[in-house]
Amino acid sequence: MNERTLENREKSRFQKFVADFGLPRLIIAGFLLLLFILAPIVGADFPTQISNTINRFSWNAVMVLAMVPMIHSGCGLNFGLPLGIISGLLGATMSLQFGFTGPFSFVMAMVIATPFALILGTFYGWLLNRIKGGEMMIATYVGFSSVAFMCMMWLLLPYNKADMVWGMAGKGLRTTISLEGYYAGALANILQIRIGNMVIPTGTLLFFALLAWIMWAFLHTRTGTAMTAVGSNPVFARAAGVNVDKMRLLSVIMSTWLAAVGILVYEQGFGFIQLYMGPFYMALPAVSAILIGGASVNKASIANVVIGTFLFQGIVTMTPTVMNNMIHMDMSEVIRIIVSNGMILYALTRKTEGSR
Amino acid sequence: MNNEAAPLLEVRNIKKSFFGNQVLTDINFTLHEGEVMGFVGENGAGKSTLMKILFGMDVIRETGGYEGDVLIYGKKVSFQTPFDAIHAGIGMVHQEFSLIPGFTAAENIVLNREPVKKSAASEVFGDRLNTLDYAKIHGTAVSSIDKMGVAIDPDMVISQMPVGHKQFTEIARELSKENLKLLILDEPTAVLTEKEAEALLESIRGMSSRGIAVIFITHRLQEILDVCDKVVVMRDGFVVKETPSADTNISEITRWMVGRSVDNASTRKEEGSSRQSEKVIMTIRNLWVDMPGETVRDVNLDVMEGEILGIGGLAGQGKLGIPNGIMGLYEAGGKVTLNGEDIPLNNPRACLNAKLAFVSEDRRGVGLLLDESLEWNVAFPAMQVHNKFLKNYMGGLVKWRDEKAIEEVTEKYIDELAIKCTSSRQKARELSGGNQQKVCLAKAFALEPGFLFVSEPTRGIDVGAKALVLDALRRFNRESGVTVVMISSELEELRQTADRIAIVSGGRIAGILPASESSEAFGALMVSQVI
Repeated sequence: MNERTLENREKSRFQKFVADFGLPRLIIAGFLLLLFILAPIVGADFPTQISNTINRFSWNAVMVLAMVPMIHSGCGLNFGLPLGIISGLLGATMSLQFGFTGPFSFVMAMVIATPFALILGTFYGWLLNRIKGGEMMIATYVGFSSVAFMCMMWLLLPYNKADMVWGMAGKGLRTTISLEGYYAGALANILQIRIGNMVIPTGTLLFFALLAWIMWAFLHTRTGTAMTAVGSNPVFARAAGVNVDKMRLLSVIMSTWLAAVGILVYEQGFGFIQLYMGPFYMALPAVSAILIGGASVNKASIANVVIGTFLFQGIVTMTPTVMNNMIHMDMSEVIRIIVSNGMILYALTRKTEGSR
Repeated sequence: MNNEAAPLLEVRNIKKSFFGNQVLTDINFTLHEGEVMGFVGENGAGKSTLMKILFGMDVIRETGGYEGDVLIYGKKVSFQTPFDAIHAGIGMVHQEFSLIPGFTAAENIVLNREPVKKSAASEVFGDRLNTLDYAKIHGTAVSSIDKMGVAIDPDMVISQMPVGHKQFTEIARELSKENLKLLILDEPTAVLTEKEAEALLESIRGMSSRGIAVIFITHRLQEILDVCDKVVVMRDGFVVKETPSADTNISEITRWMVGRSVDNASTRKEEGSSRQSEKVIMTIRNLWVDMPGETVRDVNLDVMEGEILGIGGLAGQGKLGIPNGIMGLYEAGGKVTLNGEDIPLNNPRACLNAKLAFVSEDRRGVGLLLDESLEWNVAFPAMQVHNKFLKNYMGGLVKWRDEKAIEEVTEKYIDELAIKCTSSRQKARELSGGNQQKVCLAKAFALEPGFLFVSEPTRGIDVGAKALVLDALRRFNRESGVTVVMISSELEELRQTADRIAIVSGGRIAGILPASESSEAFGALMVSQVI
């Protein structure tokens, strides 16, 4: 009798844990755990895998964080992330063009990217305020069309620094620009920890932690509270004297700026600037990461960002490696696409359910 | 057929309660072929519930069914679904349109009963591939429109129709059903212009001459006298009067409608009176508000400092538009002053800054953050408007939520208003209607307003919660001297709470009476300018 009640309590506690943490997240976490166990068995180097996962987490986390403000203000998932990324790319290329080198070029890239992010973000926010209810669809178009537009601009803008432009013509930016000698590893090398094959980019992680803390703090301020209320019930917020459009605009600008910073953080870890179609593929991984983290279309927290980015990046780094080692065939890209798009699809079907 | 022996419809001792709340008691009436019966009563008198029983709506069965018998031609029936009712020859035109906007009138009229043609595909694959017989659809539509006697274009798309034509399309749909014996019209004239309403009355007469019985629900009493053979007056779930309409007049009907046993109903007790001054705190001049379904046309009103002013009136006459317009939630125009200072309209923030507060009738839509904690719901407006419950850092540059102060104030109101919840962090969605309403009041109280609008504070909450909410309002008015304007559809509730009651009719103030005035006087005002 006594034993059974204990068992029941144990059972209900487990059910509560599942309900709180979310079954999908549990499954994905379990799958990731399985991959970690399988990795050494199939012959992949375990420490390398761990540091790959942590590195990719550090590159991507800021872009996932960029999702948070727009989710809070009810603008939905920021499929227009490429717009912010383009601001970041403008900052990055101009910083190089103007002759800044070393880690300082990273700071300058951020400084130069900021006004672009503010201007583009304002325009983007103004647009989203006019099409309430259809934000996510319009955001997708904004993102894609801005990428297409910039494909022309990267060729036409008068960049002329030798290691950025096409060798033969002497003008027009290359698709991939190496950051060696500029800001490659600008953050990652700060306080870097090396244990055998394992490399932990402490600086990048700290930088993300700082931005995440600022975001968390912002959401606890009066303005941040208003932003959340706008997302939760715009009519309530309006009746309480909040300027709904202004809050939404602010959230979009914040998101765009974070995307700009996010791509710079990504580049310093990756070591290259990717132009042209590069930004095209950036929004979906960020969206799926935050959804896997347990966010819904109108609720998101910093914990969702951290958990989601870790799970998503863990799976997309580990799955191809383990699979390749198992079947000795390179399918990494195919698997990456299946996993990331499948996750988005799954997450969007569960639109209303969010955990906080 | 012997009408005397077996009337078309007979209703015997119908009783219905929702969750222990008796809403219909011992309803009895009979209806013969071709008879037109008018149904009148205040909002909440039980008319709609009765019609739902007759039409076999799911909500009745889901809430435990009803007692008593419904007989058609002397045979007892029990409708499980509206389909059963339709099968038995009952048609109903609802207050809300149930039409498909992108289809034409003809297509809507025959919807789900479309005449079909066999085609080669359907010979092979079965009836589901039959094609529509458009010629026949058109014919059916035209003939039912003719029956109604009003000219509407069968090929016009619903979304392009004026609202009156939509109403006629619904009626034509019912008329096109071959076996129609009884048609229930639930406030069909509410959206019609005078001319259209006349045409509708004419078509009701036409139906009646063809032997179709009609139950006609309306707030426009003149129409009842014009078209009905007899009139049934309901009040608080009872049929208080059934009489041939030739034998009565408007003022008599009004008295039956609102005239409760006045002796039992307590008007506001003197000791509770809070009317302290004759100073006018708010003046409203030439106010118009464009609120759908509650249009305010031209309201002039003075509110005295420290009083509780009730605003009553029938549904759709504009009483709800007044607070919503002043608080900037719907487009409004005119002049409103508070303490001699102009209140800018269409600007919710300016109203709140002027220490106005509003408890909306749309609790779930406007009143609450359903997915947030009670703490947020209570503290949010005060935080945004008056910078309360905040901690300042860096010289006021960063304003941080003061979680402890928020919790304290929420706990305070949970105690004061006896809000039933598991904790102050429970989500608002999880509370019952009455407790949600109390949260809305707490939200307004936390703003510490100088002037409070309360719109339909007791809508959809049970009797016990009602008393608590009204009591909280009275106490707030008495203890803090705050002027309260309370808008309610329930006259009795206004008479218990308010000092004076203004009655809105046709988007205008029809008159202001002290709460102790007789119900007949209020009733007369309510219908005086109905449009």
